[in-house]
Amino acid sequence: MLELHDVARSFGGPAGRRVLDGVALTVMPGEYVAIVGESGVGKSTLLNLIAGLDVPDSGQLLLEGRDLARLGEDERTQVRRTRMGFVFQAFHLLPHLSIARNVALPLALNGQAGRAADDRVMELLEAVGLGDRASSYPRELSGGESQRVAVARALAHRPALVLADEPTGNLDPDNAAMILEVLRAQIKRDNAAGILVTHSAAAAASTDRVYELTRAGLTLRP
Amino acid sequence: MSVAAQALPPGRNALRARLSLLDAAVVGPLRQAPGRTLLAVLAIALGVALGFAVYLINRVAADEVQGASRSLFGLADLTVQSPGSGFDESLFPRLLRVPGVAAASPVVEVQVRLPGRERNLKLLGIDPFRAMQLQPALAGAGASTERQGQGLLAENSIWLSPAAAQSLELEVGDDLDVQVALDRVRFRVAGILPPGAYSQPVGLLDIGEAQWRLQRLGRLDRIDLRLAPHADRPSVRNAIAALLPPGTQVVTPGEATDDAVRLTRAYRSNLTALALVALFTGAFLVYATQSLAVARRRREIALLHAMGMSVREQLAASLLAGTIVGALGAALGVILGALVARAGLASFGADLGAGYFRGVAPALNVSAGEYLVFFVLGAGAALVATFGPAREAASVPAAAALKAGDEAPMAPRTHGRIALALFAAGVLALALPPLEGIALPGYVAIACLLLGAVFLTPSIASTVFARLRTDGPAWRQVAVAQLRGTARRATVSIAAVLVSFSLMVAMAIMVFSFRMSLEAWMQRILPADLYVRAGSAAAGAYLDVNAQRSITALPEITRADFVKFQDVLLPGERLPLTIIARPIHEPTAGQVIPIRRSATGPAPQGAIPVWASEAALDLRGFDVGTEFDLPIGGRVVRATVRGIWRDYERPGGSIVMNRDTFIALSGERTATTAALWLREGTDAEEFSGRLRDAIARSGDYDVAIPGEIRQRSLALFDRTFAVTYLLEAVAVLIGLFGISASTSSQVLARRGEFGMLRHLGVTRREIGRMLAFEGAALGAIGVAAGLVVGAIVSMILIFVVNRQSFHWTMDVHVPWGLLAILSLVLVGAAAATAAFSGRRAMGEDVIRAVKEDW
Repeated sequence: MLELHDVARSFGGPAGRRVLDGVALTVMPGEYVAIVGESGVGKSTLLNLIAGLDVPDSGQLLLEGRDLARLGEDERTQVRRTRMGFVFQAFHLLPHLSIARNVALPLALNGQAGRAADDRVMELLEAVGLGDRASSYPRELSGGESQRVAVARALAHRPALVLADEPTGNLDPDNAAMILEVLRAQIKRDNAAGILVTHSAAAAASTDRVYELTRAGLTLRP
Repeated sequence: MSVAAQALPPGRNALRARLSLLDAAVVGPLRQAPGRTLLAVLAIALGVALGFAVYLINRVAADEVQGASRSLFGLADLTVQSPGSGFDESLFPRLLRVPGVAAASPVVEVQVRLPGRERNLKLLGIDPFRAMQLQPALAGAGASTERQGQGLLAENSIWLSPAAAQSLELEVGDDLDVQVALDRVRFRVAGILPPGAYSQPVGLLDIGEAQWRLQRLGRLDRIDLRLAPHADRPSVRNAIAALLPPGTQVVTPGEATDDAVRLTRAYRSNLTALALVALFTGAFLVYATQSLAVARRRREIALLHAMGMSVREQLAASLLAGTIVGALGAALGVILGALVARAGLASFGADLGAGYFRGVAPALNVSAGEYLVFFVLGAGAALVATFGPAREAASVPAAAALKAGDEAPMAPRTHGRIALALFAAGVLALALPPLEGIALPGYVAIACLLLGAVFLTPSIASTVFARLRTDGPAWRQVAVAQLRGTARRATVSIAAVLVSFSLMVAMAIMVFSFRMSLEAWMQRILPADLYVRAGSAAAGAYLDVNAQRSITALPEITRADFVKFQDVLLPGERLPLTIIARPIHEPTAGQVIPIRRSATGPAPQGAIPVWASEAALDLRGFDVGTEFDLPIGGRVVRATVRGIWRDYERPGGSIVMNRDTFIALSGERTATTAALWLREGTDAEEFSGRLRDAIARSGDYDVAIPGEIRQRSLALFDRTFAVTYLLEAVAVLIGLFGISASTSSQVLARRGEFGMLRHLGVTRREIGRMLAFEGAALGAIGVAAGLVVGAIVSMILIFVVNRQSFHWTMDVHVPWGLLAILSLVLVGAAAATAAFSGRRAMGEDVIRAVKEDW
């Protein structure tokens, strides 16, 4: 499903700072993994590479057998649109769209509209406990509710890979726990692959296995 | 005192803390968006510069006309004058005998053509000994005969004012040819007058020489009078008035000077109005910039609130920021304005090429007071423009703004009632008459309409946004949601386009209507194959009887209409009316001149039928059927108005009458122009050479086919309106800037959104398309509303302002093609500007923007 082989990335030219070196990772459908690490070790760089927002200097980055590093920008954008879902620390809901339309955005991007799309949106909103807030706007939601909407949005188009970057960073422990539960449940239900990038040990504990990114590379925590 | 102020440490630290606060709340925001701040500064600078330049040019023009006119009269207390044919010289000794008159100086005043130079010169024939009593500076002009052969009394001698010598590049001893009728008369420059005698370009010669050589025997044009020190001026004036023949008036030099200035007042006041429009748009731009800055800085402002900055301090900080922008712009503007005025005066003269003040040599001195007034005006305009946004900044709800961030939805505030009140005020203003000949109510109506439209913009925006389709591709859904969600901000952009585009549309329709009407008018009044023009009203060049005979004797000419222009002064009036004497008969008058309305019944017995121009109707009430006293040939006859016609040449008013009647009443057989119809097959251009041979006179005169005359007139028209094209271009730039400022500030605020969209798989192209759609939507609404408002403003300009200022009407012609192109260009430019502003939104930074958080 997602395979990283010997991935390296530097910044600032050939003599620049090597942020990632020899990174290897495999995540299969239905697997939910966490990547932890100190600030500045390259977690965001790794996430950008996996998301196809950046390309590695060397190595292979295969998603469903296609090497993202060999694709052009438009093709990578297309892969993100169809095969990936994202959850951000700051939610990033569009303030002028209703909750339902925020969740429906990935479906619209993939040309899905009408009854089936509406049903999918409602199914997800019900799943995250916000079925009665479909016509509300982001400004009317709490932080925890906003993030639940973001989770629903990330899964709306049934992506193969869900990337969550510190999804509980802005939330209190109760809401954080709820989000982690919802995220895990939805990933498992859709048989997607999930990668959670976090500082939080509690968050990491909600995944199937935890990798630690250090200057030495990416290693599986026992 | 606010919490923040209370917390400040004493002494120097307090000052440092205040400066730091000033930097955070006032200077920081300006520095944060240097491009936008600079553009707002430039907008105010542009408005002030245009306003100041136009004011200075107007002031110089008025000063020059006033100074030139005043210098003609020297120390005179009163002057007796008659435009046109002058009066009999026998009046002079009679005036001398009026008790209270201490000195009198007779003057022959003729505007002569200078052959080969394509310009005119005012010649003054004076009695040097008498003139010296009123013009002491003439004492140094060799008025006596001591310097034999060089004094004013010497034969064929002419003295030039310094301005004339300089502009004609003549020195003492040079020859100067002037034209009398169609002949050249040669004078020798005997001397240059001392500076201070006459400030305008004039030539001085002995009155006897002038009457003889300029064919004014027995005639005078003016008598300047000085009264005895203790004379009762009103009674002396009355005594003089009682002696005057019809068509002659007695005025003070001040009144005569005012009349000269009044002639150009309408033109100058219209230029001033245009300059004020520029300042208004500049102030509007400051408003737009400040509004957007407030929208962009919501969280920052909320944070300052949360940290203890009081509402009053926030208001003061925003106003101070606006004042800084205004002060910088105004300072730059007054400097630029003075430079532009200097350059304009040097290149085009005091009338910016319109031809009102020919021969006036302008000089520009700007006082510190003038700089100060325009500086305060510019800074004040910016301050007023900042007030609304400043209040909004002060009222940002801290808690909500900190939670919801920059993109808190802002429903537009509707001001339908204010808009309606302004529209009503505009309609009321239209019902008012002009003030002192200035179309001020018309301009007030336009201002009310524009402001009303601005206040109506939120309602227009809400209505249109609500009707935009929300289906279709995701980028369009997001764009429509964005437009609806930020409607208040969007209205600022729309209003910027609306104001600037409506002014452009109004000017385009007005100028196009005027040009088309002028062209059609020229087609009507120039029906002949060929025209000969010797001079104009009150000029020394004319077609005498011999020239008329030579012309009519040519076998190629099947018909020759000779036309005489003569200025007359109606009883009790100060501004002359032009008589146009030409072959015209009541049944066929409509074929000769473009008549707007005609009398239906027969003309009253014994009254002379005349056709009054629209200006004569407006200024003197000469409507169809009006009877009035007409001084002509030294007597008064009764005239009746048989129709109203359109005359674009004489804004002071004119009447057309039959030339045979004119000759019978005045004995004046000369003509100013001749309209010639040629035998079929005659080549007009080739024939004009033979015509000159047949006339066989040494003077200058124009022989032109109608096409040439039309071309020349339209070129002059285009030059006159050149300044309006510049203002139109400025208006377009301002409109585009409004959109650019709005979009770029939104792009900054929406970086997180764009980053998220890029993560979700939205391409850069789609984000560009989305921004272009938003820009195009804002532009299209502004353009559509601007077209409607502009069309209404153009009607006010055409039917109210022009009529009240220049007293002429025009037919409405809409430049559909031009407006369509301009609309498309503006909407396209709005889309491109928005997409361009969003380019940075598609860079790599924006992907990281999803990680930015407070």
